[in-house]
Amino acid sequence: MTTDIQPSAVSPAQRVVKNLLRSRELAVAVVLVLLIAVTTIKSDSFLFGSTGWRDLLLTPSMLILLAVGQTCVIITRNVDLSVGSTMGLTAYLTGRLFIDTNLPIIAVVLAGVLMGAGLGLINGVLVAFGRVPALVITLGTMYIYRGAFLTWAGSDRINASDMPRAFKDLGTDSILGIPILTIVALAVLCAVGYYLRTARGGRELYAIGSDPDAAELYGLKVNRRILFAFVLSGALAGLAGVVSAARFGTVSSSVGTGIELEAVGAAVIGGVAIFGGSGTVWGAALGAFLLVTINRSLPVLGISGFWQQAVVGALIVGAIVLDRVLVNRQERALVAARDTRSGSTHQGPPSLAPVVPSSTPGSDSESEEVVR
Amino acid sequence: MSTLTETPSAPATARTYAAYSRPFWQRVVFSREFAVIALLIAAIVYSRSQVDYFDGPQTMYYLFRDSASILLLALPMTAIIITGEIDLSVASTVGLTSVAFGMLHNDAGLSAMVAAILAIGIGALCGAFNGFLVAYVGLPSIAVTIGTLALFRGIAAGLLGTESRTDFPDGWTDWAKQRIVEDQPYPMILIPFVILAIAFALLLHFSPFGRGVFEIGLNDEAAHFTGVDVARTKAILFVLAGTVAGFVGIYTTLVTGVARAENSQGLELQVIAAVLLGGVSIFGGKGALHGVIAGVLLIGVIQRAMLLNGQTINIINITIGVLLVLSVMSTSLLALARRVIEASRGARTSGRASGSDKTAPASGR
Repeated sequence: MTTDIQPSAVSPAQRVVKNLLRSRELAVAVVLVLLIAVTTIKSDSFLFGSTGWRDLLLTPSMLILLAVGQTCVIITRNVDLSVGSTMGLTAYLTGRLFIDTNLPIIAVVLAGVLMGAGLGLINGVLVAFGRVPALVITLGTMYIYRGAFLTWAGSDRINASDMPRAFKDLGTDSILGIPILTIVALAVLCAVGYYLRTARGGRELYAIGSDPDAAELYGLKVNRRILFAFVLSGALAGLAGVVSAARFGTVSSSVGTGIELEAVGAAVIGGVAIFGGSGTVWGAALGAFLLVTINRSLPVLGISGFWQQAVVGALIVGAIVLDRVLVNRQERALVAARDTRSGSTHQGPPSLAPVVPSSTPGSDSESEEVVR
Repeated sequence: MSTLTETPSAPATARTYAAYSRPFWQRVVFSREFAVIALLIAAIVYSRSQVDYFDGPQTMYYLFRDSASILLLALPMTAIIITGEIDLSVASTVGLTSVAFGMLHNDAGLSAMVAAILAIGIGALCGAFNGFLVAYVGLPSIAVTIGTLALFRGIAAGLLGTESRTDFPDGWTDWAKQRIVEDQPYPMILIPFVILAIAFALLLHFSPFGRGVFEIGLNDEAAHFTGVDVARTKAILFVLAGTVAGFVGIYTTLVTGVARAENSQGLELQVIAAVLLGGVSIFGGKGALHGVIAGVLLIGVIQRAMLLNGQTINIINITIGVLLVLSVMSTSLLALARRVIEASRGARTSGRASGSDKTAPASGR
C-alpha cells in the first residue's frame, strides 16, 4: 500500500520552475516590467531620468507597506479598512512629536509604529473577541480614527519647516541608487514574507483563513493569531504614516484617504484570495508596485490621469475573474488526474477502482501534490 | 453541539425553535428594529428639548433632504445584505450616473427627461455588471464591488475630469428642493422615497421573492433545494441597487446643481453603516426595512443635533463610528453576558451539566 504514495515524478528543480511559471507573482511582475518598458520607450526620463528612477522605486514604498499588512489580515479571512485612517493619524503624530518634543528621529519612528500597533490592537480585540466581521468593525474604526485625526489636527497642517532636516533627507536619500524608504519597505516585505512562509505563526494564519472552524478544532489559538495579524497591519500602517511624512515633508488632513481600498486592491491583484487562506505578500507587493506605477505612467502614455482609477478598478475585477477561471481549470485538472490515476495504477478493472480502499491514499496524495 | 445531544431524548415532533412562542405584541416590541425606533424617538425628543433651533422650521426639512440619498440607497442595500452579499459600489454608481446625466443633457443636448432615463439605465447596467459577476460567475461580492467601486468612479472621473456640468432646467432643480406642502418640512423627494419604500417592503416582507431573499441569507444551499433561484435573486437585487443608485445620481445632481465625478464619494460606507445600525445582520438572513429606515433617520438626527450644537463633522463621524461598532457588537455582548450568567449558575448546581458538555463534541463528530 505504501507504494501507492509516491513523490511527484518531476524533479524538484522542474517543479520549482513549473510553479514559478504558473504563479500569479510572475504574471504581475511581467505586466509591471512591460508597463515600465512601454512607458520608458515613450519617454526616456521615466526610467533613466535623474528623478525618474528614484520616483519609480520611492512612490510605491507606502502602498507596499500597507499591502503587506493587509495581506496578513486578508489571509486570515478578515479585512482591515482602517489602515488609511491609521496612516493619517500616525503621520500627524510624527509631525506633532517633531514640533512639540526633541525626541531623536528613531524614537519618533518607533512612536509612530507603536501608535499604529495600538490602533491595530483595538481592531483586533473587537474582531477576535466581539465575533463580528472585520469588515464592519474596521469600517467603524475607520470613521473613528479619521475623526480623531481631524479633530486633533484641526485646521493646522505640518509643514516641511516643522520637521528636522535629517528626517526629511530620509525621504530623498538613497543607498547604492536605491532610496532608503524603499529599502525599509523591502526589508519589511522580506521579513513578513519569510515569516508567513516558514514560521509556525505564519502557517497558522493560512490555516485559520482556509477554515476557521477546522483551525479552532485543531487547537490553534485563532483569536491570538487574528489579533496578531491586526496588530501587524496597524503597525505597518503606522510605519507607512511615518514614511509618508518623510517622503512628502508635509502632513495634510487628506493623508491616507481612500488608500485602504488601494491596499485591498493591491493584495487582490497580487493573487491574495479575499476569502483567506492563500496568497503571498510578494504578490501583494508587486500588485502595489503595479498600481502605483500605472498611476504614474498613464500621463506619460498620453492617457488622461483621470482614467487611472478606472484602470485600477478594471484590473481588480479582471484579477478576480482570472482567479476564478484558473481555479475552475485546476479543479477540472484534479478530477481528470484522479480518474486517470485510479484507473491506471491498479490491476483490477477500472470501474472497480473507486471502491477499492487501497486506491484512496494514492489518489489523495496525488491531489495534495497537485494542490501544492 | 448541544442540540445534537438533546434531540434524541426530545420527542421527534417537538419544535426546536421558539418562534411564535410569544404573543404578537411582544414579538414586535422586543426586537432589534423596535430598539432602533425607540432610540430614534428618544433622540428626537432629547434634541427638541435640549438643542437650540432643532425644532425650527428648517431643521427637519434639511434632515430629510440630506438623508434622502442614504434612505433611497438603503432600500436595495438592505435586501442585498440580507442575502449575505454586500455592494460597496453604489456611491460610485451615483457618481457615474450623475456625470452621465449631466453630460447627456449638457453635451449631447438631450432633453432632461431622456437624459434621466438613460442615466437610470446606466445605473441598472452597472448593477447588472455586479450582479452577473457575483451571482452567475460566483465571485465574492466584496471583492467584485471593491473593484467596481474604483471602476465606476474611475469612468466618471475619466469622462469629466475635474470639470462639472451645471446647466439644468430650472423646473427640475426647483422640484428637487420643493416641499410637498408649503411650510411643512417634507421635501418632494419623500414622495418617490415613500413609493419605493412601500414597494421594497412588499417585495422583501410580503412576497415569495422576499422569503427567498431571507432564505438565501440563512442558507443558500437549502434555498436552492427549496426551489429558490439563488443566482437570479441575487442578480435582480444588484440590478435594483444600480437602478436606485441611478435615480439617486439624478437627485444628487439636481439638489446640488452640479454633475461632477466626486458626487457622493464615500456614501457607500454611510449607507452600510445605517443599514447595519438598523438591525440587519451582516451575516445575512436577518433584518427588516422599518429598522433600517429608523437607522438612517437616527444617524441624520444625531448629525443635525450635533451640528446645531456646534460640534464639528469629525466628532459626528466618531460618534457614528462608535454607534456602528456598538450596534453590531451588541448581539455578541448580550450573548457573552448570557454565557457568563449561565456559567456561574452551572458552576453552582452540579458537575453533571459540564460532564455532558464535554462529551458533546465527541458525539457530534
